[in-house]
Amino acid sequence: MSTKVSADALPTGRASRPAATRGAPARRPAREQAAATPWIFLAPYLLLFGGFVILPAVLGVWISLHSWDYTLPLKPFVGLDNYVALFDPNSTVSGPFWGSMRATGIFTLFSVPLLLTIPLAVALLMSKKFPGRNFLRAIYFAPYVLGVAVVAVLWRYLLDNNIGLVNHYLGLLGLPDDTAWTTSTPAAWVALIGVTVWWTLGFNAVIYLAALQDIPVELYEAARVDGANGWQQFVHVTIPGLKPILSFITIITLLASANMFGQSYLMTQGGPGRETRTAIYQIADTGLRNFQMGSAAAMSYVLTVFLMLVSVVVFWIFREKNEPKAKKVRS
Amino acid sequence: MTNVLDQKGQKDEKNEKDERVDTPAGSDEPRSGSRRSTILRIVILGSIALAFVSPIIFMLVTSFKTRAEAAGIPPTWIPDPFSLQAYATILAPGTNTPVLQWFANSMLAAALNASLVVVTASLAAYPLARMQFRGKNIVFAVIVATLLVPPVILVIPNYLIVSELGWLNSLVAIIIPTAASAFGVFFMRQFFVSLPVELEEAARLDGANRFVIFTRIVLPLAKPALATLALLAFLGNWNDFLWPVYVLFSPEVQTLPAGLSTLQSANTVRYDLLMAGAVVASLPVLALFVFLQRFIIEGVSRSGVKG
Repeated sequence: MSTKVSADALPTGRASRPAATRGAPARRPAREQAAATPWIFLAPYLLLFGGFVILPAVLGVWISLHSWDYTLPLKPFVGLDNYVALFDPNSTVSGPFWGSMRATGIFTLFSVPLLLTIPLAVALLMSKKFPGRNFLRAIYFAPYVLGVAVVAVLWRYLLDNNIGLVNHYLGLLGLPDDTAWTTSTPAAWVALIGVTVWWTLGFNAVIYLAALQDIPVELYEAARVDGANGWQQFVHVTIPGLKPILSFITIITLLASANMFGQSYLMTQGGPGRETRTAIYQIADTGLRNFQMGSAAAMSYVLTVFLMLVSVVVFWIFREKNEPKAKKVRS
Repeated sequence: MTNVLDQKGQKDEKNEKDERVDTPAGSDEPRSGSRRSTILRIVILGSIALAFVSPIIFMLVTSFKTRAEAAGIPPTWIPDPFSLQAYATILAPGTNTPVLQWFANSMLAAALNASLVVVTASLAAYPLARMQFRGKNIVFAVIVATLLVPPVILVIPNYLIVSELGWLNSLVAIIIPTAASAFGVFFMRQFFVSLPVELEEAARLDGANRFVIFTRIVLPLAKPALATLALLAFLGNWNDFLWPVYVLFSPEVQTLPAGLSTLQSANTVRYDLLMAGAVVASLPVLALFVFLQRFIIEGVSRSGVKG
């Protein structure tokens, strides 16, 4: 291929140079380019990135320090009052906010373990070749392409108290057939978590599957020769082989769960009462429905600090046990 | 032991594609259960798969039912009579829920957003992968760091920015702000790094400048990655929910996910209409998925492995 390109350029009389240069180990990429070139490439993206990522990240802090009502002309500076109010049990904002943080916490606590283990089980079952494997993989992944609005509207129908498919089949199995899946807890939590597992299982399974296929077959063969049974192979070959991916998949699943909004907004409307109203729901409603943007921005930073702490803990847990390997992978 | 070795030798000789689980190796201990366990595996996975698709099938089935049948007990799997009434109702012009308009809005927004993501991300990723310049590491680190920033902190201030720009209640608000895809830059950079550098070096020695190299050599090689990124961006924009719900308030400018929410509040128990709306919102993405699932699934798994 490369010879073809240089052959095209033969008339310029440089044909001998490429060969000579290529033989030399040292490259000099920086020399031949104008200093502005990389920035011209970067400019369109950086314009968007600066305007809609960096600027808002900074502007958000500024907003959170003001009593910022979008509909009022004056937005007085209030210092840390918005944050203080969130931590003051007597303020009107702290109750609903921490209630929503609790809802996000419950959802995350139950959905993340399920979304880490069930997709792994599916991926393990899928890891060997068999007829129809790619077809099944596509089916598991299909709900993920649907989007939360379709998923939530569909499941609200399936979970309808009276005419829903779920209660109908539970009744046929002799189980209670009148569960109010979207209007009572804990049933609403089961519904929200179950639907989320159905929706995103395929995404995590596909990532696990790719990681499983990166584990050399020889390791399994060696383990088998040493007399390891299926479980021992799983513990000593599969799990260590998945380590590099585990922290990644844990973090993205955690962040996705902590950002849950659509399921609750469309399936339960945050109810019963405010029980399934998540933090994102509360922030969006406070800031963009009631236009209390200062308070909403403060909430979003408190939530972010929580998420960062949890992420750090996750990284730390995986790093602790994985120090030498992680370095090897990165290099 | 000998069996294992034999088999290994046998396998090495064969092409990887020919490797089948049910190799005739009856006496081999781990393989003997293989055929039975393969069948068991297919049965288990097949049942899960059935449970996975049946809600989607039921959505499709219900969209062809009459109002009465959609609300009837017990639920039926074959519409009787087969009715297009739900589609006729939601697609009729002049309602407060203009589904056709939403469809057009979603198409336009997702197509333009995906194009913008692909163009800006691939342009930005190239110097980050191939050029040496001051500030490169900082720029890349900042971009990657924002991958871990929860999007929620951007929602409130972006609402203000979009409002200042006069984009509230307009499709532009759905197309442009979300096009700043840090994932796209990261994804394309990883791909560019994996390309062999020799071609580009040869072209440079022949006097081609960076833009020519990028458009004539790099981009054609990057087609699979560009297609994957375009698809992921399209899907992401098509399905985006929170942002459109709050930024688009008039029915005629909404996208399908925001519109579904409007449709739901307007027709709480008209499940025939809701399912027809959900089918309209799913068909394009399901079609893309059926025909291009290789790109989508490989894009997702690659982003995972490299992350």
